[in-house]
Amino acid sequence: MQLYVPILVLAVLAAGFAVFSVSIAPFTGPKRWNRAKLDAYECGIEPTPQPVGGGRFPLKYMITAMLFIVFDIEIIFLYPWAVAFDKLGLFGLVEMVLFIVTVLVAYAYVWRRRGLDWD
Amino acid sequence: MNGTIPAPTIEYGMLAPMLVVFGAAIVGVLVEAFAPRYLRSAIHLPITLLSLLISFVLIVWQWVEGVPTKAAAMGAIAVDGPAMFIWGTILVLAFVSVLLIKDEGHFVGAAAAVPGSAEEEQALYEGAAHTEVYPLVLFAVGGMMLFPAANDLLIAFVGLEVMSLPLYLLCGLARRRRLLSQEAAMKYFLLGAFSSAFFLYGTAMIYGYANSLDLAEIGASLGVVGGQDMLLYIGGAMIGVGLLFKIGAAPFQAWKPDVYQGAPTPITALMASGTLIAAFGALLRVFWVALGGLDWNWRPVFYGVAILTMLGGAIFAITQTDIKRMLAYSSIAHGGFLLIGVIATGSAPAQNTSALSGILFYLVAYGFTTVGAFAVVTMVRDAGGEAWHLSRWAGLGKRSPLLAGVFAFFLLAFAGIPLTSGFFGKYAVFQAAVTGGALPLVIVGAVASAVAAFFYVRVIVLMFFSDPAADGPSVVLPSRGTAAVVGLAALATVVLGVFPQPVLDLAHSAAQSLFVR
Repeated sequence: MQLYVPILVLAVLAAGFAVFSVSIAPFTGPKRWNRAKLDAYECGIEPTPQPVGGGRFPLKYMITAMLFIVFDIEIIFLYPWAVAFDKLGLFGLVEMVLFIVTVLVAYAYVWRRRGLDWD
Repeated sequence: MNGTIPAPTIEYGMLAPMLVVFGAAIVGVLVEAFAPRYLRSAIHLPITLLSLLISFVLIVWQWVEGVPTKAAAMGAIAVDGPAMFIWGTILVLAFVSVLLIKDEGHFVGAAAAVPGSAEEEQALYEGAAHTEVYPLVLFAVGGMMLFPAANDLLIAFVGLEVMSLPLYLLCGLARRRRLLSQEAAMKYFLLGAFSSAFFLYGTAMIYGYANSLDLAEIGASLGVVGGQDMLLYIGGAMIGVGLLFKIGAAPFQAWKPDVYQGAPTPITALMASGTLIAAFGALLRVFWVALGGLDWNWRPVFYGVAILTMLGGAIFAITQTDIKRMLAYSSIAHGGFLLIGVIATGSAPAQNTSALSGILFYLVAYGFTTVGAFAVVTMVRDAGGEAWHLSRWAGLGKRSPLLAGVFAFFLLAFAGIPLTSGFFGKYAVFQAAVTGGALPLVIVGAVASAVAAFFYVRVIVLMFFSDPAADGPSVVLPSRGTAAVVGLAALATVVLGVFPQPVLDLAHSAAQSLFVR
């Protein structure tokens, strides 16, 4: 049980800091109201008012985000290999190259099909 | 920090059939990226067919060389007798399905366009086509090969996803009845993802119990690990849910009619044959190799599921007025008949071999007949595309007796009439069940077969003994590919019904080694 005390202390400190910052901010912070403050923050389209029949909305952001996730995951797999590449030896290198080549194929498809163009 | 991690040994030779298919799929993606639009189909078709052919030849070669007795890739993938038999069957059926897929007019020009919109018409006018269909089919086939051969729960999950994800997409690509097709893709995706989550959660539970994902090690840990039985039971049940969903067994059958109806018919043919075979292979492997020692627990559950599936499939099929939905319910009922074979296993190896070889033969017979039946469905068309409503099929036998005759033959094979492949399939499974002591189940199976025969025969009566509608559908002149598919399926149904012995022997020798551990 002794071993868990630091974790408990850390949790209490973290929670205390969060509650303290949020509750103190309205009293100490400056207040400058403008329109941008009321906009949705990095969430794409405005949810209200709803256009008739659902309306049309651009999917560009979603495609970019999806592609980002795919290539981001690739990087995540590179990290453990990079940490231990000397121990994994030639086999690890070959497997990693194979993995990157297959992702590169996907990249070539996206690139040629203009998935990377904004317009 | 100088220690090296030993490299795993991977038997590339044993895995070559699967690697060829996946490699061709990747080449297909590159073709999509770099080949000009008007050349793509012409490049894809030989790549796809050739890779399936090479893969099949490699399997035959390996079979002749001798079936491996040890799992490949550090015990992760088992290329044993049943797996090779299933691979061969899936490859042949996929080859046949690709001949259907290559025909013009099954797939939409621009799947992302709103159904009925100007963009959609524009895309069709410009001749746009989703030639991605070919690499997607190859990926799905690769997954179908990996799934039943996986000797490790995590690899099985990868196989399940590689098989399913392309199929979700392919379901939404039908050219006609776009909304129905999109609905099918959406339902299949949501329910499929849900069932995959069940499978994965069950995998985690089993790992918590056995401290291993390897099927053989899980099997060895049964009865050794104490005090964690709840983890094992819940995990096993959840994996069962995931696998029974893919088979379409009741009460997890709800997706099947909608998906089979909405998907492009050639894709339905591929799903109805290939996915079912792959899923049964995986179900057998997981429940025999890993959970075989637990059969006192899962056998009663499968008993109930089999009865529910057979009767549910057969009874609901009667009320259907749509040919594709009817075939979907028929596929559910056949899944139930196959489950009888799963239950028919016993402790004696001979009993297991006869049950397994019965299931393998049934899968081959059913796969060919199904692909043939759906190929016929693609040919009966009216102004709005394929004519699915049964009333439109009235009098077809008077207009095109040959096609209606072949379709009637397929339906009789589904019903299990002697001299068709379906008879020996049912016979092999039922016989194994009787010797395995599952007589009540066989009686229910016989009753369900009789109910099923009623609606198969009803369609035959409708085709041959009622008058054709004045504006009835016309039968299009089949392309060489479609004609070959129908011909081959009919031939397989006859040959397996009259001279089943060679394939029965093959299935028996494949089942002889059972699953490697």
